[in-house]
Amino acid sequence: MKNKKPIGLKIINWESTETVSFQRQHFALYAILLVFLMIYLLRLWHLQVLEGSSYRFQSENNRIRIEEISSSRGIIFDRAGVPIVENRPAYHLVIIREDIRDLDGTLRELARLCERNPDDFFAIVEANRTTPKFMPLRIASDLDRDCLARIEAQRIRLPGVVIQLEPKREYKWNGTAAHLVGYLSEITEAELRSEKYQGYYPGEDIGKVGVESAFEQYLHGKRGGRQVEVDAVGRRIRLLDEVLPISGRNLWLTLDMDLQRTAELLLEGKTGAIVAVDPRDGSVLAFACNPTFDQEKFIRGLKKDDWNALTKDPSHPLLNRGSGAAYPPGSTYKAFVAIGALKDGAITSTSTFSCPGYLQYGDRRYRCWRDAGHGGVDVERAIIQSCDVFFYNTGLKLGVDKIAQYANMFGLGERTGIGLYGEHPGLIPTSWWKKQATGVPWQRGETISISIGQGFDLVTPLQMAMGYAAVGNNGKLWYPYVVKRIEGSTGDEIAEIKPRLKRSIPIEQRYFDIVKKGLTGVVESAGGTAHAIRDPAYQTAGKTGTAQVVHVAQGANRKLLEKLTKAKDKDHAWFVGYAPAGDPQICVAAIVEHGGHGASMAAPLVQKVIQAHLKGKTEK
Amino acid sequence: MMDRRLIENFDWSIIWVLFAIISIGLLSIYSALYVQIQAHPTNNLFLRQLVWLAVGMMVMCCSLFIDYQKLRSLSPWIYGSVLLLLVLVLVAGKEVNGSRRWIEIAGFQFQPSEFMKVVIVLQLAGYFSSQDVPGYPSLGKLILPVCFTIAPVLLVLAEPDLGTAISILAISTTIIFYVGIRWKYLAIGALSILPFIMPIWEHALKPYQKRRILILLRPDLDPLGAGYHIRQSKIAIGSGMLWGKGFLNGTQNKLHFLPEKHTDFIFSVWAEEWGFVGSAVLILLFCLLIFLTLRVAGRSRDRYGSLIVVGMSAYILWQAIINIGMVIGLLPVVGITLPFVSYGGSSLITLCLAVGMIENVSMRRYVFQTR
Repeated sequence: MKNKKPIGLKIINWESTETVSFQRQHFALYAILLVFLMIYLLRLWHLQVLEGSSYRFQSENNRIRIEEISSSRGIIFDRAGVPIVENRPAYHLVIIREDIRDLDGTLRELARLCERNPDDFFAIVEANRTTPKFMPLRIASDLDRDCLARIEAQRIRLPGVVIQLEPKREYKWNGTAAHLVGYLSEITEAELRSEKYQGYYPGEDIGKVGVESAFEQYLHGKRGGRQVEVDAVGRRIRLLDEVLPISGRNLWLTLDMDLQRTAELLLEGKTGAIVAVDPRDGSVLAFACNPTFDQEKFIRGLKKDDWNALTKDPSHPLLNRGSGAAYPPGSTYKAFVAIGALKDGAITSTSTFSCPGYLQYGDRRYRCWRDAGHGGVDVERAIIQSCDVFFYNTGLKLGVDKIAQYANMFGLGERTGIGLYGEHPGLIPTSWWKKQATGVPWQRGETISISIGQGFDLVTPLQMAMGYAAVGNNGKLWYPYVVKRIEGSTGDEIAEIKPRLKRSIPIEQRYFDIVKKGLTGVVESAGGTAHAIRDPAYQTAGKTGTAQVVHVAQGANRKLLEKLTKAKDKDHAWFVGYAPAGDPQICVAAIVEHGGHGASMAAPLVQKVIQAHLKGKTEK
Repeated sequence: MMDRRLIENFDWSIIWVLFAIISIGLLSIYSALYVQIQAHPTNNLFLRQLVWLAVGMMVMCCSLFIDYQKLRSLSPWIYGSVLLLLVLVLVAGKEVNGSRRWIEIAGFQFQPSEFMKVVIVLQLAGYFSSQDVPGYPSLGKLILPVCFTIAPVLLVLAEPDLGTAISILAISTTIIFYVGIRWKYLAIGALSILPFIMPIWEHALKPYQKRRILILLRPDLDPLGAGYHIRQSKIAIGSGMLWGKGFLNGTQNKLHFLPEKHTDFIFSVWAEEWGFVGSAVLILLFCLLIFLTLRVAGRSRDRYGSLIVVGMSAYILWQAIINIGMVIGLLPVVGITLPFVSYGGSSLITLCLAVGMIENVSMRRYVFQTR
């Protein structure tokens, strides 16, 4: 019986199995438990009983504060190191309500000292009723010197009033290159929550457009702060700890400030844009838009009325006319049609079309700009004299989709990739696009219009500058860029930004030579449409353009019409050119809205910018 | 199916202690979120915690019914799939405050890393109780369990979630120690890691990563963040004095001085309002809970059972030790919550599952087995 186990059943008892071997470790765990129990109880006894009353006092007079130290934003220089955007100190009026015994009286006194309406201050305090009373509350920003002096003199009588120093943006050349540089404005609540602005605080300024926005992550530094102990009236007794702010990185632009000023002066009184790029690397040398806007106004805090006035202004000062607006290219488009037709074999360098002053197509008569006609012209002369009829015929032979294909090669109809907010892609129509967009198939007559850059065609001045640069440099289409160097605020870490080639255009050199000869003839040969701007010091190449705003009815007397049309119905004047023609160092596109003829209005602007660049360099 | 002995061996004392701790947790969360509760009486985190608690209790009950022996063959599969979820989190997880920890399935968010804490216990217990792994295993037998641990730890670190990584590491280490480890292996391990520390520190880590680690060890390096939090936490706890300020009377808590007060710093809220007496009671309750669970480990039927129980108690033990240690300013702030007290759904459910497993082992300590 003793040795018999019950059949089919087995009792397992832990004491008889291997668990026993764990006993030592078991006691080790109990020991750990006991050690931590003792340490923690002693620590709590120390904190809560021995030093409890001191902590109780601290908790009732919680006098440890976090004060922020603003960081300064990176400085923006031009290509030669001239500062365009800097920082200046701004003084803000801040109150800590917990430390103020008579809040109403203090606010009234402050309003008197600042010469402001006390109700404004009451409204701010009321709006922040729920924020903790120990938190600093800014009630007035960017005090002027007199007001600052008056408050400083009275500070001793005003407990809980603090003057906060903060670096503020200063646009040294207010309004200059404003569309490219951009402006700042206070971060919104939605932006604060977004992933892009992690680590930002309410009340901080962020770049809204232009370089200020595109390079926000570099320009924006990191705010610091200090932990301080303050007394009952909020005066600092002791600095407990401090974290220094980190300044933002400085940017060096590719802009040449002298050239930029020249371009802006040329645009004065006109509406339009001048964009100058270096055809050798795609760097932007000048980027002028007119009308421009007051960047400082955004810093001082734009009032609602100011904003409304800016956005409702019929001249649209906030519009970036250099890359954010698109216009029909007019005759400046012909260079691309010509090179495409040569490459495609639709024409050769010797093909001629005769121009009687119009092209009869179906029952419509498409007119050349010169009523008398140009006679028989080849492609070179057609460019020099801007013969419309030659390009009507060429366009019809090439077809809409081929024209678009070659225009696209030169970067038209797509964003250039300059990386600035709100770039317009322009529009180069194809038969597919028209069917998609309007539901109506492409009409061959429309090909005639787009061959001379009218109709649906839309381009930005920046696209034109890059496209002509690619013609001038024999097929290298660059990405335009504006920032050439990013450096740490102490100048220790420097990142140079390299030019980037967008594509090498697969067109043979001989076709480039033919078109470039024509473009040079526009300025250099006696019959050229822009011969008047010739500068004997160097050869200039380019193309005039006059983009129709209002359709001219058939058979109308053009001379009379020009006299009668109102300013807003006048044509846009274009000129795009580069120089020296043989080895281009600068390519400039200019548009003057409702400026009339490209030759008389836009071409002189371009030549003056080229002169300033080429001659300015030899002088230096 | 349910044997009478199963019910007899259910350890009720663990449940009573657990309820005491959970009640303290609810009181503290209520106080910490008082302002929110006043503003939104029908939709607040306190009510949500009650829902989580109900779910946790159900999970605990369910976990009692499956004989833990059946988990032995299942655990590699569970371990593998949770590991996969951890990879998924890194790829498709929801980013909150710069780290990817959450995964969303059918509208519910959860942290797979929490469940890893329980799953790693099952996996290691299974490995160390198999036939061919003796007590004080040889070095070769330790390679696999080290890999089991390192894989989830690295994945969790990548989220990044240092607190959970430390928890998993502490749990595994406890189990390996419990099985028994020879001193010379420990020395070998330490010596083989040592030469890599400096090169990794110098070359592999980015400056901001180094800074983060330094701040963990010395909060005074970040006086506006961790340093400020610790100072405020100490003021809150200390100002509680012997008897505390009373329920809902904590001023540190009310004035928003305490960060993460309903999660990581919940102990400070309790200590401020209930004083040294309250905090001592809470600590003693944790000790009692650990003592009772370790007693189950000692009594369990087999090695597998006791390793499961030890792992689960280590989970509770280390989280409590690290969390309380950091809020009273003795340990670096790493973001580990206080078990059963801090707010948090994934953590509460996982903890309930852990207690369920402990009871599961306790219930089956004497069982008739048919041949």
